[in-house]
Amino acid sequence: MSDLRDLYQEVIFDHNRNPRNFGRLEGATHRAEGFNPLCGDQLTLYLKVGEDGRIEDVAFEGKGCAISTASASLLTESVRGRTLEEAERLFRGFHAMIMDEPAGEPVELGKLEVLAGVKEFPARVKCATLAWHTLHAAIEGQEQVSTE
Amino acid sequence: MSAPERSVAATVGALDVERLRRDFPALAQEVRGRPLVYLDNAATAHKPRAVLEAVQHYYAREYSNVHRGVHWLSERATEAYEGAREKVRAFLNAPDRREIVFVRGTTEAINLVAASWGGANLRPGDEVLVTEMEHHSNIVPWQLVCERTGAVLRVAPIDDDGNLLVEEFERLCGERTRIVAVTQLSNALGTINPVRRLVEIAHAHGALALVDGAQAAPHMPVDVQALGCDFYAFSGHKLYGPTGIGVLWARRELLEAMPPYQGGGEMIRQVTFEGSTWAPPPAKFEAGTPHIVGAIGLGAAIDYVRGVGLEAIARHERELLAYADEALAEVPGLRLIGRARERAGLVSFVFDDIHPHDVGTILDHEGVAVRAGHHCAMPVMQRYGVPATARASFALYNTREDIDALVAALHRVRSMFGR
Ligand SMILES: Cc1ncc(COP(=O)(O)O)c(C=O)c1O
Repeated sequence: MSDLRDLYQEVIFDHNRNPRNFGRLEGATHRAEGFNPLCGDQLTLYLKVGEDGRIEDVAFEGKGCAISTASASLLTESVRGRTLEEAERLFRGFHAMIMDEPAGEPVELGKLEVLAGVKEFPARVKCATLAWHTLHAAIEGQEQVSTE
Repeated sequence: MSAPERSVAATVGALDVERLRRDFPALAQEVRGRPLVYLDNAATAHKPRAVLEAVQHYYAREYSNVHRGVHWLSERATEAYEGAREKVRAFLNAPDRREIVFVRGTTEAINLVAASWGGANLRPGDEVLVTEMEHHSNIVPWQLVCERTGAVLRVAPIDDDGNLLVEEFERLCGERTRIVAVTQLSNALGTINPVRRLVEIAHAHGALALVDGAQAAPHMPVDVQALGCDFYAFSGHKLYGPTGIGVLWARRELLEAMPPYQGGGEMIRQVTFEGSTWAPPPAKFEAGTPHIVGAIGLGAAIDYVRGVGLEAIARHERELLAYADEALAEVPGLRLIGRARERAGLVSFVFDDIHPHDVGTILDHEGVAVRAGHHCAMPVMQRYGVPATARASFALYNTREDIDALVAALHRVRSMFGR
């Protein structure tokens, strides 16, 4: 049986209570809005990509459940300083972990692994991936994305 | 199986819920290692053995297509299917069996009226009046037909407690209003609307009235003649019956005048390549092979609830609601969404700092099934400025212990979130 504590780890509560990089980002080069119509969650993700192609700054705002808020907060911490290609690779690795599928390539997920428990909770997969789908949309230049 | 007229309530006073629970095999199971506490009845209700057995029996022994065969089985199936129609008639106290149209559910019933009646009668500038608390299935079909015809959708507002503002409704019901479509019981707020009064208002302005009875039918006696409405819709699956079957009741003159909704077998009188003529209602609106066994299962469900007694069910659920209101008031930080003067069947709530989805997941782990989401009533969520709510909804088989389990699990939510 899946254990609730595998899903709701202390780190997740911490990021939910004090989301990192929360708020608007002035001078963003990329921006997208993500919706999860099922639960009404909505977030906006901002990226500021430097001349060297690296993510100099990143922020998000919006409201969601503990899983989606913590996931967005963790995302901002883990993509900062990376190239867009590296960020997309992280998304693929994160997605594979959540869906419990083999990753096509080795990816160091680092602290994103605290969300591994989500794979036992199919109803919550979309909460955990909303921010990442939004990141992907921002990189692709789409303005809006919905998880349905 | 004849429709039992006797009411347990009249003789016993209160429901013997422990005995009734044994009629529902699904309630006996464990989920996640705990006894199931099922409080998601507004989404769909579990089925008593009488319904399961009726479905099984008809498929195994008396199954055939209806209205088509001259053979014995087809006659039996037709008799059972038409028998179910009579049970629905009696359940709604409709004047005539031919006014009962079997459809897929409330959603299809409203789509049928919007497309058929609305398509034929709405003109540019005409108005359709709904309320702010409607389910999407009583909003979107009207939007579709308004788009097609140039009619305009108007929305009567609710107050902060979830009461419909009847004076506003009356003010919005005007010369151009052709139909009002209102829910009898809100699935998101638990509000009971003063439907009789709303129907009067509609009629006084020359408009028709459709009542969405999806939530009301399982929770209170329904009498379409007393309500005075023109259309009434409900779903079998919320009334302890099978999925995929529901009912549209409409006054006979309306059904006679309305154009078909779908074309095909069963709904015609005569077909030639030059043109076709329609069968009289209800056949006109039942194109194709219907959900025969669904209708029979719904008939069995109606026998079951009438056997228990809708008055008794309503009284039992009213007690549960009062008990839940009191118990939930003790949970710190919990806020009820929907505190209308007249309510039934459910409590919708939020925590200011914990998302309903987190509440739903943690409750599920305690074996408590509730719904967390927008309940197909996004405008209601917007009205209260919340993305979603958690909702516990009751059925005849729920007990105070179920509510105690809910409250205990809510305390667990708070302690997990450290609030
Ligand atoms: C008030 C109300 N109207 C309509 C519906 C739609 O019913 P169905 O999905 O069975 O067609 C529901 C069901 O959720 C409801 O609660």
